[in-house]
Amino acid sequence: MIAIIDYGAGNLRSVTNALVKLGYQPKVTSEASDVLNANAVIFPGVGAAPDTVRNLRKSGLDDVIRQVIRENRPLLAICVGMQVLLSVTEEYGLNECLGVIPGVVKRLPSGLKVPHMGWNQVKQVTNHPIFNGIADGSNFYFVHSYYAEPDDARVVAGTTEYSVPLCSVLIKDSLIATQFHPEKSGELGLRMYDNFLKMAGVEG
Amino acid sequence: MLTKRIIPCLDVIGGRVVKGTSFTELRDAGDPVEQAAFYYQQGADELVFLDIGATPEGRDTMADVVEGVSEQVFIPLTVGGGLRSIDDMRRMLEAGADKTSINTAAVINHKIITEGAKRFGSQCIVVAIDARRVDDSPEPKWVVCTHGGREPTEIDAIEWAKQAVDCGAGEILLTSWDEDGQQTGYDLELTRTISEAVTVPVIASGGAGNLEHLYEALVTGKADAVLAASIFHYRTYSIREAKEYLAERGIPIRL
Repeated sequence: MIAIIDYGAGNLRSVTNALVKLGYQPKVTSEASDVLNANAVIFPGVGAAPDTVRNLRKSGLDDVIRQVIRENRPLLAICVGMQVLLSVTEEYGLNECLGVIPGVVKRLPSGLKVPHMGWNQVKQVTNHPIFNGIADGSNFYFVHSYYAEPDDARVVAGTTEYSVPLCSVLIKDSLIATQFHPEKSGELGLRMYDNFLKMAGVEG
Repeated sequence: MLTKRIIPCLDVIGGRVVKGTSFTELRDAGDPVEQAAFYYQQGADELVFLDIGATPEGRDTMADVVEGVSEQVFIPLTVGGGLRSIDDMRRMLEAGADKTSINTAAVINHKIITEGAKRFGSQCIVVAIDARRVDDSPEPKWVVCTHGGREPTEIDAIEWAKQAVDCGAGEILLTSWDEDGQQTGYDLELTRTISEAVTVPVIASGGAGNLEHLYEALVTGKADAVLAASIFHYRTYSIREAKEYLAERGIPIRL
């Protein structure tokens, strides 16, 4: 089973549509048991990180996500879903996040158009099956005003230039996180979902 | 490097795409889901759906259209035209839209921008500005028009753009009232002035007649994205042709 975590925000419909298009049957759920029993978990995100953290805590899903990562189950976190995995975010002051990946979520530098909105290239730093069939430097769709800066450079699997080089793909064991939105990134975005689910051993 | 976006716009009434040079000469031009899928296959970077009827019944059918499109098309979708409230916006986002474009409602009540940004995030809130040039002004000056461009106001377009961003707009969709439908090029001075005045991305709209116009809006006008309806509707150029032309001229483009 594929679980898409529903914590009262996020573009669940777009993610669901992308998976259905690929022939999968995801379950949108806020139940801890669903998430913990899933073969693959998708953690989408749209909006503000502090709100997301608050919603997750309220529903207890923060601990569920920590457990999924601790048990090394396949998890794909998207955009704000990625950011809240770090230690703290600068969004609306300094706010604590889930602390799974040590590091800070920073505001994009001034002097740029913010949000960073549109298609930008992802440079692949590592060889990883999540990039199967996706050429190095391919464009993905970004929309964000803050970016994750993990302490450990080894978790950075993809980078994107927007005045600063920012971590656009983060991989640690079975956790994969993207700053861009694969569900809005055309055929290559769909390919990335398919790669993730194939790696997780889910049948389409 | 962040690429410049090419955005076809689909004008919709009653769940059908329409084409026409004026409101009274609209012709049925097909199924929006098919049209959207066609543009998607050609490499459009985003799509904008504009309900030009802007009636309450229109919103119902528009939500159905968005639902259908979002199952087939995996690029960002913006919906505008007649959205009056937070509930209207929510409805479109739940149907599968990624952004909502608000115009008259935002001019009447700025709080809808702030409230929308708070509920859904700034990235969901596009403020559409129809700007009309003031001819007898010593300095270049534009005023905001509401109600689909039919009602000029006294509001300065540049000041309004800045204010909209302060309220929480994540993007500005800027249409030149004077150039819209003329196909003689975007209002470059307007586009550049607003683009330099705000910190969020600006989509230039109104006036595209050829590919050079797109280039000018991106370079001279400093727009982050260009929107066009007619040149793509009438197949004067395909999206791919437009993108190849711009890429050859050194614009960062996703091909």
